[in-house]
Amino acid sequence: MELLSIAVKAIFVENILLAYFLGMCSFLACSKKVDTAIGLGFAVVFVLTITVPVNWLIRHFLLAPGALAWVPGMDLSGVDLSFLTFICFIATIASMVQLVEMILDKFFPKLYHALGIFLPLITVNCAILGASLFMVERNYGLAPATVFGFSSGLGWLLAIASMAAIRKKLRYSHLPNGLKGLGITMIMTGLMAMAFMCFSGIPMDPKAKAPADDVQTETAITETAN
Amino acid sequence: MAAAKKLLMDPFSDNNPITVQVLGICSALAVTVKVDTAIVMTLALTSVVTLSNVVISLLRNVIPSGIRMIVEMAVIASLVIIADQLLKAFLFDISKQLSVFVGLIITNCIVMGRAEAFALQNPPGPSMLDGLGNGVGYGIILIAVASIREFLGFGSWFGIQLLPENYMGNGLALLAPGAFIILGLLIWLQRTINKYVEES
Repeated sequence: MELLSIAVKAIFVENILLAYFLGMCSFLACSKKVDTAIGLGFAVVFVLTITVPVNWLIRHFLLAPGALAWVPGMDLSGVDLSFLTFICFIATIASMVQLVEMILDKFFPKLYHALGIFLPLITVNCAILGASLFMVERNYGLAPATVFGFSSGLGWLLAIASMAAIRKKLRYSHLPNGLKGLGITMIMTGLMAMAFMCFSGIPMDPKAKAPADDVQTETAITETAN
Repeated sequence: MAAAKKLLMDPFSDNNPITVQVLGICSALAVTVKVDTAIVMTLALTSVVTLSNVVISLLRNVIPSGIRMIVEMAVIASLVIIADQLLKAFLFDISKQLSVFVGLIITNCIVMGRAEAFALQNPPGPSMLDGLGNGVGYGIILIAVASIREFLGFGSWFGIQLLPENYMGNGLALLAPGAFIILGLLIWLQRTINKYVEES
């Protein structure tokens, strides 16, 4: 039940793109065609589902304060390597993407060719690193982290696929010159974000009936929430 | 001299990283609820992009092209770690508010984009100016968005109350959709002034 609520939250209520603005660059660059948008979306789901749990393991057994206590023969329980988090996470992501690419090339050549150039580009998609950092900030366990990674990717896929469909129609509309391209896409994304905010009325926890605006403010201003 | 000035000033408006090059949008939206977080983020990003441009341009002749991405990533990630540690040490409250977005400077396309597009081909001096210019250009948009959002949402600017206390804050400006729409309108304004048209 807890896992389901994490999933629904990550896909709809706190969509990683529409509520946290992560992965905007590739979202804007690759949403011109529906096919490429969906290909990229699936690649993101794939990589997120792998990197978030792997980063969780690295964080839990190597980087967190006192995480090295399991090493036999030495007393390392006082060691805190958490300042290395960023560089380790990005290295993991880069190498996981490389690994996924090699495995796909060997065993699933069809899928590999379908994803094409998008797979290596994912390394610099901020949604991937962002999901890992959120996982640290929210103290998820291993199972919730995996679910969170997968459903964040799914939320991103949903957003980019629908945006690509909208942009296909936008091509036939008359727009002021300055608004063409980036401007109108931003505004459309804003309207989409507004639509997705309606999901924040779903009560997530059956025990505590949280009022809707609780979720909303949390979604909107991570800053003040902390 | 004119060339140096052009390098520095171009990204302010004509070749602005956010509105024209379409780089680094994520953080531009996320940290702009208040002006003070926007300013801190600008400072962090400007120093990272300037230093990373200098370092990468110094290394440009020794980096093998096959692994240049990884080298760039390592340089950028180390600089971001330093920035993050400094923020935690001296501006702890604001670093809490920025949450994951300081770390996300690593994947901010401006830093990577300028390293790839400029620092790899140019000597350190011009690279530094290019980094500085792009950082400031990013900051101009960031602070503009933040000023509008803070004014509409809280009736204040940089923490100074401008509207009477009983002003009902416009919640939409503080939420995600408000950020998207305000940035969209700003892009429209900026491109109309510059007469920049995107071909589709």
